[in-house]
Amino acid sequence: MTYIKPKFRHPGLPKNTLGYSRADYEGAISTLCAGCGHDSISGSIVQACYEMSIEPHRLAKVSGIGCSSKTPTYFLENSHGFNSVHGRMPSVTTGANMANRDLIYLGVSGDGDSASIGMGQFCHVIRRNINMTYIVMNNGCYGLTKGQDSATTDFGSVSKGGSKGLYQSIDLIGLALELGATFVARSFSGDKTQLIPLIKAAMSHPGFALLDVLSPCVTFNNNVGSTKSYDYVRDHIEATSVLDFVPEEEEITVSYPEGGSASVTLHDGSQLLLHKLSPHWDPTDRHSAVNRLQQAKKQGEILTGLLYIDPQSQDLHDIMGTYSKPLNSLQEEDLCPGSATLEKINASFR
Amino acid sequence: MTKASVVNDLVVRFANVNGTGSASANGFFSKAIFRMGIPVSPKNIFPSNIQGLPTWYEVRINENGYLGRRDDIDLLVGVNPHSLSQDIASVRSGGYFVYDSSKKLHGEFLREDIHYIGIPMMQLCMDNFEAPRQQQLFKNIVYVGALAALLDIEMEVIQGIIREQFARKEKLIPPNFLALDLGYQYARNHFECPLPIRVERRDKLGDQILIEGNAATALGALYAGATVAPWYPITPSTSVVKAFEDYAKKLRVDPETGQKKYAVIQAEDELAAMGMVIGATWNGARAFTATSGPGVSLMSEFIGLAYFAEIPVVLVNVQRGGPSTGMPTRTQQPDIFSSAYASHGDTKHVLLFPSTPAECFELTAEAFDLADRLQTPVILMSDLDLGMNDHLSPPLKWDDNRRYDRGKVYTAEDLEQIERYGRYLDIDGDGICYRTIPATHPTKGSFFTRGTSRNEYAQYTENGEVYVRIVDRINKKWETAKELVPPPVRYSDQHRSAEGVIFFGTSTYSALEAIDLLEQEGIVLDALRIRALPFNREVLDFIEQHERVFVIEQNRDAQFRSLLVNELEVSPKQLIKVLNYDGFPITADAIMTQIKSHLSVKTNGIR
Ligand SMILES: Cc1ncc(C[n+]2csc(CCOP(=O)(O)OP(=O)(O)O)c2C)c(N)n1
Ligand code: SF4
Ligand SMILES: [Mg+2]
Repeated sequence: MTYIKPKFRHPGLPKNTLGYSRADYEGAISTLCAGCGHDSISGSIVQACYEMSIEPHRLAKVSGIGCSSKTPTYFLENSHGFNSVHGRMPSVTTGANMANRDLIYLGVSGDGDSASIGMGQFCHVIRRNINMTYIVMNNGCYGLTKGQDSATTDFGSVSKGGSKGLYQSIDLIGLALELGATFVARSFSGDKTQLIPLIKAAMSHPGFALLDVLSPCVTFNNNVGSTKSYDYVRDHIEATSVLDFVPEEEEITVSYPEGGSASVTLHDGSQLLLHKLSPHWDPTDRHSAVNRLQQAKKQGEILTGLLYIDPQSQDLHDIMGTYSKPLNSLQEEDLCPGSATLEKINASFR
Repeated sequence: MTKASVVNDLVVRFANVNGTGSASANGFFSKAIFRMGIPVSPKNIFPSNIQGLPTWYEVRINENGYLGRRDDIDLLVGVNPHSLSQDIASVRSGGYFVYDSSKKLHGEFLREDIHYIGIPMMQLCMDNFEAPRQQQLFKNIVYVGALAALLDIEMEVIQGIIREQFARKEKLIPPNFLALDLGYQYARNHFECPLPIRVERRDKLGDQILIEGNAATALGALYAGATVAPWYPITPSTSVVKAFEDYAKKLRVDPETGQKKYAVIQAEDELAAMGMVIGATWNGARAFTATSGPGVSLMSEFIGLAYFAEIPVVLVNVQRGGPSTGMPTRTQQPDIFSSAYASHGDTKHVLLFPSTPAECFELTAEAFDLADRLQTPVILMSDLDLGMNDHLSPPLKWDDNRRYDRGKVYTAEDLEQIERYGRYLDIDGDGICYRTIPATHPTKGSFFTRGTSRNEYAQYTENGEVYVRIVDRINKKWETAKELVPPPVRYSDQHRSAEGVIFFGTSTYSALEAIDLLEQEGIVLDALRIRALPFNREVLDFIEQHERVFVIEQNRDAQFRSLLVNELEVSPKQLIKVLNYDGFPITADAIMTQIKSHLSVKTNGIR
């Protein structure tokens, strides 16, 4: 069932520059398990969109199938949403993006959805650099089908039933870097201060932005021995940086000590300010991101934060040279060559 | 001349090696017949590889306009040493075998009952051209020249075609002319020309064109306003999207900016191709993809989503021989079931069955209107024969007053008038609800699209009553569709016989020929050509008006017949299978033989 929240909004609630309150970015009441990491991510999405003053109807949310893929019902009620089929969110989003290049596309997926059944589509959407934010709510298991191991279950990680992960896990971040993703970040559902600016940055990025968000499944994978439990993640987390997202119109107020900071200007003029916690790492250098990731892996750390960004990113529309107006807005005049042309075409077949 | 000559009624077959440049020479041959105003129907019979295996090109020339495949080969041009014995065996008794006599033909290849016409093709080329590649290529033109002499094809016509073909590479024209003349002169000097089988100029074609079905399909999509075309290569559908892109490059580029008003994406597989179509149409663009049987299988999950979530989809299925990879370069109509009922759960889809390139064009354009109107997948059921062979066809027609029917879509103004929007509310009682496109209105009209059960307001529900209400309402669209899809074609106004024939798609050519020939033998049959599923009332009436109906189709299991039984609840006993599934287009002969076998059973029974 979908539980609808009461529409009443307190007149005194703070509003963003569009005049919307945070509640205007919420969705139906969640039906996920209490404490599920996915709900926290939904909360961060709401907060990020509210703070960025996104017009809700200019954003389209698309997901696959899984507990994670259900979440688009629980945020951004005034946005069109599409809960498609298991593992195929990337293709649906690609088609949607081709039809209208002007909207913001927010894709939501799970680790089963992306790293197993949807692995092919995950790889290819990266190659095409579709302008979208791709959030993987990564709990290292199949939540919706009751806790089976997924391809991101770490080798040796113990499941609730006591069995150990038998295979090497797929690191979606490492893979995305290999495949040429132009924005790669990891975060943790429990770390809103890190996650919210990352979501904002991802949505501002003119191309494919991957956010792999560790999101513990309290029901099936939060036990002792699991490497995707709240406790384990908190104990092993290591951030690349402290990040601030500063929209174009805002004055930059944060400042970081000299030396350890970097700033990246996005195409829309907004800025990413990074206070680097990892030495020998440059967020615009794919090589150093790969190295830093490998190093963290060796040390048993879960590396979070922005790992890599290509500020010069060109999305698929740029690459293909499609029309600057959305294709879905074109009418007969633009699309139909007419009968006189058809007569010429007929003549070429005589 | 002593022997009675047969004019404009012959089958010529070319036996070539794949990848040796024979295709364009063979094309010149057909085009020349076409330009002489004589009905012609060429067919490519090619292997599933790129180079080296045998390919055939078979051309039926028939003054009466019978253009289905015919079995008896009157003249065979055999230039493939590896298929010689097979080729010689395939010539009808009394027919002609044209071969390269540069090397002597081995005795084992000699048949008493056919004529051998040796043209030293390779020798002529070696004597006249230097580069080995040229020698190879012009060999093909040499045999076209020889055929011009043997069959009385007008040389100026062939020369005209060559001139057009090489308009941008003019220096290729003289050597082509030379090769053509070498063959022509050799044949004239060594054989009695023309042969008793020959062609003669007519004016039978009016404004018809000679075009592949796939090109016409692509143009239909282009004219219908398709912008997003994701696809994955598979024979015999590949040339649909290829042609779409080629025409779009010419006709859909903004002259000022050079920007494209279309997006062709080669997807990673058919699943992704269909996902992209669904995403694009959900977002308000017109999109389509083209595939063949294996692709439809892969797309099935998504087709069910589109059916249940009510998203317009246009899918072109250019059928080929199955099951599995089957006979990937041979024709069949084997995907009737897998298309009609694609996907799990209760699903059924609108199918359109074109039988000419003009219909490929019209019905593809129509498919976009139907998909938008009915908010459901519409599948165009072409096949390899129609898609990849040139067919005579009425010219493609477009009415400039025609507007796209985008179906029921609420605008921002509409939404302003509405208290509460319900995506799945059947306001008009025809089963079709009003959709909204993302970004239409800041606060109204958004909804959540899903493949799970939901109520009229697009909210998830597991309530059985609501579910039944929704799926029954979707079924109502099927009834509505019956009034919207193209009606069947009846071939005579009156009811002339107790027996009828039903056919569709490319079986039409041979079916009509068989019906004519049977009539000449005194067997009269009423005929109905079906153009769409769901079947409308006329189809049922036709079956009910006849004691027995022969159903002609090109698959083993008589899938179309089962579809009629299933959808119309008619008795299977009333419907008699007439089948061909060897990978070649069905022939009038095959149809006549099968129909007659049933008729004689009947008379035997009476006796
Ligand atoms: C084709 C298909 N196969 C299997 C399923 C069953 N199924 C639903 S969700 C799911 C796994 C979801 O795992 P994940 O993507 O990690 O999401 P989570 O529930 O963990 O958030 C599976 C296997 C399905 N819906 N479709
Ligand atoms: S099963 Fe796990 S993933 Fe699914 S809602 Fe419950 S806690 Fe979340
Ligand atoms: Mg999961």
